[in-house]
Amino acid sequence: MRGREWSRPVRPARREVLSAVPELEEGRPPLLFVPGFGHGAWAFAEHWLGHVASRGFPAYAVSLRGHGGSEPAPEATLRAYAHDVVQVAASLPRQAVLVGHGAGALVVAHALARYPARGAVLVAPVFGGWKVLGAALRRNPAGTLPAVFGGPLRLNRGQLFSRELPDEEARRYVGRLGRAGRRAQWALLGEPEAEPAVGAPPVLVLGSPDDRVVPASTLTRVARRYGSAPLLFPGMGHDLMLDARWAEPIDAILDWLEKEPVAR
Amino acid sequence: MSTSTDHGRPDPEATSPAANSDGRPVSDRGDTVCVIGAGASGLTAIKNLREHGFGVDCYERETGVGGAWNWRHDRSPVYASTHLISSKPFTQFPDFPMPDSWPDYPHHGQLLSYFERYADHFDLRSHIWFGTEVVRVEPVEGDRWDVTTRSTGGYGPERTARYAAVVIANGHNWSPKLPRYEGLEEFRGEIMHASSYKDPAQLRGKRVLVVGAGNTGCDIAVEAAQQASRCWHSTRRGYWYAPKYVLGRPADQVNDSLLALRVPLRVRQWLYHWTLRLTVGDLTRFGLPKPDHRVYETHPIANSQLVYYVGHGGIGPVPDVARFHPYAVELADGREIDPEVVVFATGYLPRFEFLDASVFGDSAGAGRPTLWLNAFTPGHPTLAVAGLLQPDSGLFTLSHWQTVLFARLLQARRDRPERATAFASRVRERAGERYSGPVKDSSRHWFEVGHADYLRAIQRALVELEGK
Repeated sequence: MRGREWSRPVRPARREVLSAVPELEEGRPPLLFVPGFGHGAWAFAEHWLGHVASRGFPAYAVSLRGHGGSEPAPEATLRAYAHDVVQVAASLPRQAVLVGHGAGALVVAHALARYPARGAVLVAPVFGGWKVLGAALRRNPAGTLPAVFGGPLRLNRGQLFSRELPDEEARRYVGRLGRAGRRAQWALLGEPEAEPAVGAPPVLVLGSPDDRVVPASTLTRVARRYGSAPLLFPGMGHDLMLDARWAEPIDAILDWLEKEPVAR
Repeated sequence: MSTSTDHGRPDPEATSPAANSDGRPVSDRGDTVCVIGAGASGLTAIKNLREHGFGVDCYERETGVGGAWNWRHDRSPVYASTHLISSKPFTQFPDFPMPDSWPDYPHHGQLLSYFERYADHFDLRSHIWFGTEVVRVEPVEGDRWDVTTRSTGGYGPERTARYAAVVIANGHNWSPKLPRYEGLEEFRGEIMHASSYKDPAQLRGKRVLVVGAGNTGCDIAVEAAQQASRCWHSTRRGYWYAPKYVLGRPADQVNDSLLALRVPLRVRQWLYHWTLRLTVGDLTRFGLPKPDHRVYETHPIANSQLVYYVGHGGIGPVPDVARFHPYAVELADGREIDPEVVVFATGYLPRFEFLDASVFGDSAGAGRPTLWLNAFTPGHPTLAVAGLLQPDSGLFTLSHWQTVLFARLLQARRDRPERATAFASRVRERAGERYSGPVKDSSRHWFEVGHADYLRAIQRALVELEGK
């Protein structure tokens, strides 16, 4: 029974979806990338989308409402974000694999309860809670504190990237960051527990032990929830898809997909 | 998932030969489940059974998916202007939302494309045998089933395959129910059942009598008011005509916000009467009969336009038909009217012509099976009916959860037989349960369920089955 959900449907919003489709359709499941708070679909278009397509998987990335090229939505909730993901996933020609990054992984976890994905990948998942807040406050008090009171969350380059990434590029990426809805940011504090996923999809968790947003213990905890251990990429920042060695994690994801029965 | 997910298509040579009671060969399909019909309920049955790791063979007599909602099918009851009467959140499959860009009440063509996308998205078509109809379904020992099929239209040889379980999703809106009236044979005008009504051009410029105040009857009456030279609308009793929008939102969404708060039926009825009084007011001033029941006691009619056209004089409300004369129709109040076309929007009856009626505990053959949750048969734990419901809301959510429950039941039979046995005894105990408030007794309400009550019942059944 989801009476409340039915009686108050999410208000539709225009969404930006970027895609890269392989030239030859090989019947592989499409990947749908969900960026974290502040990021837009552009973060994946930079490197990952093209790379995924070159390995024969159709790749799509959505900007959650209020992010990137999607419609502004200052009052967006976590549920609205999950709705965006499910809407895009259902519009794809085949059953999709959802890939969420950062808080986008939390959105994916919620979307999994409303859409039977072929599989799911949680990249450096931010599932909220006091521990993540504590880490963020320690690393970047000026950028984090306003978010607690409903202001924007400003992440700095030290949190997101490793030192290997050229300074200029890092500054460009940080400049493109937007902000998530106030209510969705607050939702992170409450550590919202996602309903169990429908259709029992296989879930892969990966991250970096040197991530300054997600503590390694959180990675392990999230992975355990899905009955696995996290795949680690030392020496990388939080934004694995933009960092200098972006190719390693995405290759690992695609290898996993090829090995799992999901890539039938 | 197990490796038995994909058996592919039945290949009589690769499977072990067995023989049925007539001595004809039967190909054994192992753990595969047979789904009859690739309409809305059949599709969700395939998808959910596959998701739970079962192989599925689906037989569909037509050449496309969508069942009743595919207007190309000869058994489809839809007409050109059919729109949904429940809004999107209630109509869609709970795990495959309709696009945000669609209207609140989509058109039947959109619904068909929705089913086609559902079938493609979850790759269901490779499990469906199109153009194949089911002739017989017979129980055999070990709770298995022999399903005999042939090409639609009766050409070609019959083939029999043995399945571990059967889901019947053949729909219940294709076998017209025609009432008997005295003198109907002598009537010289045109008579049609709503199932053969496709387009308002059939009524243009004619004098039309529409019999029946279901959602179809009201739609046709409205179209007749626009196209025909004259329109009468005959109803057995007064009904509550619910608008599609109240308080600026789709009416069923407003209703469900009350249901979510578990507002009792009496209070909801009172609120409903009060809302209607404020908007359309007292309908008896138009000559419509006063409803002899409270709202929610008959299947809801969602039609904003009927009252509007009655107000314009386009529709003349008349009482029940008493008898037919060669050139006139006599009404219950003694009046005579002279329609050229009579459209019977008098509903449909379910039919399971391939199944022995005793399997369903319907020895009278009236077409009304005795089931639990309108899906499970006492004594036949591997048989389920999907979508045999008249919900006061969208059907597809309900048939989705029905088939999820059935898939979990089949899993339990394999992994935890004691739970499946307990489930079977609950089926025996509770067969025939109803999931709605009091309703008027009529074949129209045989399968009437309140969607909230019904989903709660399914949820309880799921929890009991899995013991969480």
